[in-house]
Amino acid sequence: MAESDELVRLIGLQFEGRGHRALDGIDTVLPRKRVAILGPNGAGKSVLLRVMHGLLKPSAGVVAWAHVNTHAPRVAMVFQRPVLLRRSVEDNVIYALRQSARHRHEPAARLRDRAQLALAGVGLAHLSGRPGRVLSGGEQQRVALARAWSLEPDVLLLDEPTASLDPGATRAVEGIIHEIAASGVAIVLVTHHRGIAKRFAEHIVFMDRGRIAEESVAPQFFSAPASEPARAYLEGDLA
Amino acid sequence: MNWIGESLHGAVALATAGDARLWAIIFLSLQVSLTAVALAAVAGCLAGAAVAVGRFPGRRLAIVLLNAAMGLPPVVVGLVVYLLLSRAGPLGSMGLLFTPGAMVIAQFLLIAPIIAALSRQVIEDAWREYEEQLRSLGVSGPGAALTLIWDTRFSLVTVLLAGLGRAMAEVGAVMIVGGNIDGVTRVMTTAIALETSKGDLPLALALGLILLAIVLGLNGLAYAVREWSVRRYG
Repeated sequence: MAESDELVRLIGLQFEGRGHRALDGIDTVLPRKRVAILGPNGAGKSVLLRVMHGLLKPSAGVVAWAHVNTHAPRVAMVFQRPVLLRRSVEDNVIYALRQSARHRHEPAARLRDRAQLALAGVGLAHLSGRPGRVLSGGEQQRVALARAWSLEPDVLLLDEPTASLDPGATRAVEGIIHEIAASGVAIVLVTHHRGIAKRFAEHIVFMDRGRIAEESVAPQFFSAPASEPARAYLEGDLA
Repeated sequence: MNWIGESLHGAVALATAGDARLWAIIFLSLQVSLTAVALAAVAGCLAGAAVAVGRFPGRRLAIVLLNAAMGLPPVVVGLVVYLLLSRAGPLGSMGLLFTPGAMVIAQFLLIAPIIAALSRQVIEDAWREYEEQLRSLGVSGPGAALTLIWDTRFSLVTVLLAGLGRAMAEVGAVMIVGGNIDGVTRVMTTAIALETSKGDLPLALALGLILLAIVLGLNGLAYAVREWSVRRYG
């Protein structure tokens, strides 16, 4: 893989918490493509995402992000369960902008414009004055995506963004994820939803018991998985 | 039993007649307690948030001490403040003893730990929910503490109310440091104690009824604010 195609190098990553080794020697180079991390419950997918973002400190190993135009990439994250603050939808986005070194010194009107743009991107500009926490789960997740998108990240980490949503909301969120990816943001998606992974991902990382069991381009993974756990997972025998 | 009825009748007459002495006592009570609550709200919420969000050596001990301080005996606090403010004490030169200022200090010392301990619990519960999201946005430490105080503001109203309830009902500490001087430091609770001992039951009962009405009114208001906020902000 050419260096310019690299997104991040994960070198000897281990994570141990409460006597359980959630990551057990992750070594890989993720490409700057649409990446999906799949695997059964407890495989360590969400822990890996948190370690990549810096929310968890690895017991061993290094996360080395490839620079984007000579600067370290800006990494944002969206969680399975969106947490919105007790303020309006627009103010939730503005709050995130005010925390960012890049935007915090901008005038309030500019921040409002940015928030409106991001909310329009997820189809929620008409709800910008509503309190965030009274929206439906799907709408809250879209606000969370808008909040992350407004930060103009180079990389967006998504941890099961559709896991708690009904089919309609799942389709809406999936559409937004495609749009964000199309805007040039590198996305690493953890999901249990094989359909979404199949439609979205170009590159698949399959994890089992804290290790990478298999890694390949998406069509190859879905048509001819090489590892036994991946085969069992795709056949529905491994949940 | 007739004296109870007569006392109640007299109390209602006093409360509704706009008796200047009565209203001066009520006004001073509110002034002292609300000032103490306002000061304790700032100190208590900030301390509670710091302990809730912070991770530092001795944090568990700090939580135990905060919780224990909720049960500080008022007369002991009154005695300590008396010693500090008395002419021979380290703060005697301030001349605060037997003034409303001394009563504010005593009430502050009594309710700041209550507000700190209860707000710590409220904010820590919120921190469990918000932590990953805030940290992912680069917010931690003081920024997270202030965000959580704002986001839990409606729950904290109930906490402040608990502090106000304690302050309004307190008699031992303010009696010691205020001296229950008529027209200067006489508040509802000390007046009730005095008038009862003198046998002026209508005035004591009138003050008691008004005290109850104030506490009930404030609780009702806090409940309404909380219900409205849950509907409005989720």
